[in-house]
Amino acid sequence: MLFLDAFRWIFDPEHWSTVNFGPGILDELGAHLWLTLISVVVTAAIALPVGLYIGHTGRGRRFAILLANVVRAFPTLGLLSLLLSTALFASQDAGVVANVLVFVLLGVPPLLAGAYAGLESIDRRTIDAARAMGHTELQILRRVELPLAAPLILGGLRSAVLQIIASVTIVSYFGTNSLGDFILSGLASTDYVQVVAGSILVTALALLVDGVLAVVQRTARPRGVSRGRDRTTTARGRSASAVSRAPMPEGN
Amino acid sequence: MDWVLSHLDEIWALTVAHVGLAAPAILLGFAASVPLGYFASRSRVAGSVLLTIGNILYTIPGIALVVLVPVAAGLAILNPLNVVIALFLYAIAIMVRSASDAFGSVSADVRQSAAAQGFSPVQRFWRVELPLAGPVLLAGIRVVSVSTVSLTTVGALVGIPNLGNLFTDAFQRQFPLEAVVGLVAVLLLAAVFDVVLSAIGRLLMPWNRGTSVRGRDRARLEALPTRPNVTGV
Repeated sequence: MLFLDAFRWIFDPEHWSTVNFGPGILDELGAHLWLTLISVVVTAAIALPVGLYIGHTGRGRRFAILLANVVRAFPTLGLLSLLLSTALFASQDAGVVANVLVFVLLGVPPLLAGAYAGLESIDRRTIDAARAMGHTELQILRRVELPLAAPLILGGLRSAVLQIIASVTIVSYFGTNSLGDFILSGLASTDYVQVVAGSILVTALALLVDGVLAVVQRTARPRGVSRGRDRTTTARGRSASAVSRAPMPEGN
Repeated sequence: MDWVLSHLDEIWALTVAHVGLAAPAILLGFAASVPLGYFASRSRVAGSVLLTIGNILYTIPGIALVVLVPVAAGLAILNPLNVVIALFLYAIAIMVRSASDAFGSVSADVRQSAAAQGFSPVQRFWRVELPLAGPVLLAGIRVVSVSTVSLTTVGALVGIPNLGNLFTDAFQRQFPLEAVVGLVAVLLLAAVFDVVLSAIGRLLMPWNRGTSVRGRDRARLEALPTRPNVTGV
């Protein structure tokens, strides 16, 4: 069976170091994770401050929703091919920049949504109380809003990471290494065992990372805060839990 | 511009192929999600099982799903049906959640009133719950439609022709204009689908015309201060 052969392919120790005289599973996995990591770090550097600003002040929420809707309509494949078919991104290093640009665009909306939804889910009276006790705005953000919003912010990060880790698969088409190489080179040489093995590897990686982030998200809830209580007193928009559970659907 | 004019036939053929992949996936995904979402909203266990399956499906990268579908279903790996099935599964992954939210938003009072008036469960579903859940269902299928049209392009990587071919071709020939044409075509197609869905929604739910989401949000905001002090401080 194809599935069994694929697992045999994956557990063949030789394939971990090299496949068809090219990079093996470990190298491709490393490249995949590396590109994901750079993109996630840049995404967080942009989306976290902006999302916290929107959540704290309540300004610009419309812009964030509009951005998410626009980004959803753009196919990742199209953006990558547009950038990479121009002379501007022809070199290897510039190609990486183009990849990161596209993945940041994918990752920003979910993390942005997680950040502002996290802050908005907090009971307004908690924040007013902190203000009344003499906290400055920055202190409110750091000591009250961030800890209470942490699970939702991490939920946004989780969606962003998954979005990116799934999409990194297709950079293989454009000559950048990732686990997608096994799928695409297998299709080109009609080696379907390798195609299925590559798909299993990519899927396993995505599920594993999602599981780890789910655990991190669960541990981030401060002690003494029970889930769902603030739902009844949420100030703006929809309930906190509805936002946290819903991944922002985009293409990948 | 010359290129676009001389390749109109090809672009049109790819657009038709694209619609042929995306439209069935969207419609079948919606049709399957409504009953699934209904059960998910009625039973806590069914809800958490269905939503977890949806989450896992949604986590699987696009190309991988397109390749794994035929292996699991015993189809040829280059069958266009694979793309439709993969897109259908993604559509369900997104749509079951919004369908569940939609039916969950129908208040228990309304359901009990319908039961008290003598509606059978089937009548109640068609005449009371479905119409009330309609606006949220419409919002859900519009999200599904936009992301499905965009996601379909991945099919080009596994050799199933659609507008995504303009992207792969643009890269092979280092010809950015072709990628721009592809992007514009995909966005236009998504817009057309959205307009059609909204029109169908307006036709089926004429009562929904006046209430915007914004109006409802404001109503909820204004209702807030009158709430009892739940924390008891």
